Amino acid sequence: MADKISGARMVIEALKKEGVEVIFGYPGGAVLDIYDELYKTPEIKHILVRHEQGAAHAADGYARSTGKVGVALVTSGPGATNTVTGIATAYMDSVPLVVLTGQVPTRLIGNDAFQEVDITGITRSITKHNFLVKRIEDLPRIFKAAFYIARTGRPGPVLIDIPKDIQQAKGVFEYPEKIELRSYNPVYEPHIKQIEKTYLLLEKAERPILMVGGGAISSEASKEVKALAEKLNLPVVMTLMGLGAFPGDHEQSLGMLGMHGTYYANMAVANCDLLIAVGARFDDRVTGRVDAFAPMAKIVHIDIDPSSIQKNVKVDVPIVADCKRALIRLLEIVQAAGRPKKFWKERFKDWWEQINIWRRRYPLSYRHDENYIKPQFVIEKLYELTKGEAIIATEVGQNQMWTAQFYKFKRPRSLITSGGLGTMGFGFPAAIGAQVGNPDKLVIDIAGDGSIQMNIQEMATAVEQNLPIKIIILNNGYLGMVRQWQELFYGKRYSFVKFPLIPDFVKLAEAYGATGMRITHPKEVEPALKKVLKSKKLFILDIHIAPEEGVFPMVPAGKATTEMLLV
Amino acid sequence: MTGKKHTLSVLVENTPGALARIAGLFSGRGFNIDSLCVAETLDPTLSHLTLVTHGDEQIIEQIIKQLRRLIDVYKVVDITEEGNYVEREMALIKVKAEKEYREEIFRICEIFRCKIVDVSPRSYVIEVTGDEDKLQAVIELLKPIGIKEIVRTGTIAMKREKKST
Ligand SMILES: Cc1ncc(C[n+]2csc(CCOP(=O)(O)OP(=O)(O)O)c2C)c(N)n1
Ligand SMILES: [Mg+2]
Repeated sequence: MADKISGARMVIEALKKEGVEVIFGYPGGAVLDIYDELYKTPEIKHILVRHEQGAAHAADGYARSTGKVGVALVTSGPGATNTVTGIATAYMDSVPLVVLTGQVPTRLIGNDAFQEVDITGITRSITKHNFLVKRIEDLPRIFKAAFYIARTGRPGPVLIDIPKDIQQAKGVFEYPEKIELRSYNPVYEPHIKQIEKTYLLLEKAERPILMVGGGAISSEASKEVKALAEKLNLPVVMTLMGLGAFPGDHEQSLGMLGMHGTYYANMAVANCDLLIAVGARFDDRVTGRVDAFAPMAKIVHIDIDPSSIQKNVKVDVPIVADCKRALIRLLEIVQAAGRPKKFWKERFKDWWEQINIWRRRYPLSYRHDENYIKPQFVIEKLYELTKGEAIIATEVGQNQMWTAQFYKFKRPRSLITSGGLGTMGFGFPAAIGAQVGNPDKLVIDIAGDGSIQMNIQEMATAVEQNLPIKIIILNNGYLGMVRQWQELFYGKRYSFVKFPLIPDFVKLAEAYGATGMRITHPKEVEPALKKVLKSKKLFILDIHIAPEEGVFPMVPAGKATTEMLLV
Repeated sequence: MTGKKHTLSVLVENTPGALARIAGLFSGRGFNIDSLCVAETLDPTLSHLTLVTHGDEQIIEQIIKQLRRLIDVYKVVDITEEGNYVEREMALIKVKAEKEYREEIFRICEIFRCKIVDVSPRSYVIEVTGDEDKLQAVIELLKPIGIKEIVRTGTIAMKREKKST
């Protein structure tokens, strides 16, 4: 009979079994036992953050950039509630996380004990699933299930709440090799009939569009997306979450669609007669007014989550499957049908001609200014200097949209952004996670002056971990995106969007032992960026940009995507 | 009430969070619950839920998909859609039993096969079982006599076996 070990030790052993190399955490009374075990476990790197929200976002950034499950460990009560925004952020963008929370001893649960909070209750609607461990015997199985649920199907965050007495109890640790959950069986293989139907629609189509979302990235389907697009000569549009799934610098990329999408992407979607959506969920930021979205198109929708299909738009060919496997099957059928590349080239020639007219009419653009730094120019330069190879995290707001528009993401998992929840303060801690998971890559956080202040405390984490993240603040002195809406739709009444005080970010960087630099003139942009990129240290580049620059094109909320406001 | 009424039969893992998840799903996504009945099944690790809801086709489809998406949900069947099922509900109705009305109450009970399960000088408690129409009919007939209180169980439903093999 195997030796008995404590619940806290089981937690560590389970993490090791799951191949967890790093966790992001913050200790407290209800997780003292787990921390005591961590103390004896050098194999698992623990990154001490400065706020539990930072831990959740860092685990998220780690997961998004590596494809592995991100793990966060926090104490009960306030430690647990501080992760809520991070969990919701991950949930909305289908990111696999396992969040471990300490809980008061089981006999005190429900008693309003010190630092007790019903965290499984609070997070029920923002987790893919959650568990409260009530018996030590259940612990190994729960961990196995949690990691399995988090990473399979449509990925998502799973929370495990572990009472203190369970951590201290002893039991036999037998970690299941495999797990089967009778109530959870994600479907990976597509219905072949549906794939055949899709091919027939392609044969008939004159104006097809391939629309790629975040699901293509989580299912690692980039190669297949590219193969299909190239073989069939399909124009490709991407959602915010899909950026990088297809190379942004590819001739066939029309960039992002939706509220701040390119003119030509939105025009192409509005006029297509076949829309093949791969791992996208037709969010309102993508569709605009739903009845005007791709009104002439037959829609094929590939998604692993059946509830995403027919939720927002009516779909002609629903395909519940893993995106990658569905595309592999489709490619097989394309291959078997035997039409040469030339056929498809010829077939969609007129369509491409039309698209290219749209491209020339309103390319992504902005007005240059001699005196003010234009944010779009900064991103363009950054793209040039990094050759599109950096991992870029963003905050939320205008900074995020300019990045999505002007940085042509070449690879999957290179844009780390909060799409679904739009969480300000996400970018920097997520960049920490991304840098931890990709020590040899260049990691940049494109920030706004507002957002960066929401998790600025993580500067300490980054400096002490020697993470050479580059924070580039597009400092407009405003909560810019809100200001833009007030300018356009609220009669320029700028209600509480200008901070009377913005800290001196250069001094702030120095206070944390990082490097800071401020620029205000367009001529300084290139040399400053070069300097930042060379730096081996955490760097804040505070760029004072044209304060009232807007993000365009813009589809006003509730309008058709063809009703774009242009520059 | 807009949209058609649907009776869903749902099997869920018999775990503490499962019911909360289902209730939360309905409130969080703005779906309607008209009635909900929960009980253990022969297999004590599974609970059975009969859930009556309404909505247009797309909403019902979403409800079913969202239910299936919950990790604890084992099986969801739209009984209304599949047709051929029996549906029952029970109600306890406390009705005023003044002397002049007792005859009528007895008659109604007889016609609808109700049971009088409690008798006091001023009121009776009537137990009635049936489908929704029957319950509604009994309630309508008793209303003029004076209903003091009603407690209903909510619907339970079961698919019929195929008659021929
Ligand atoms: C946590 C949170 N609070 C509020 C908002 C609403 N919001 C969206 S964009 C934005 C302004 C962001 O300002 P800043 O970080 O300076 O970025 P900018 O738009 O100026 O580039 C705000 C307040 C949000 N998205 N997240
Ligand atoms: Mg700003």
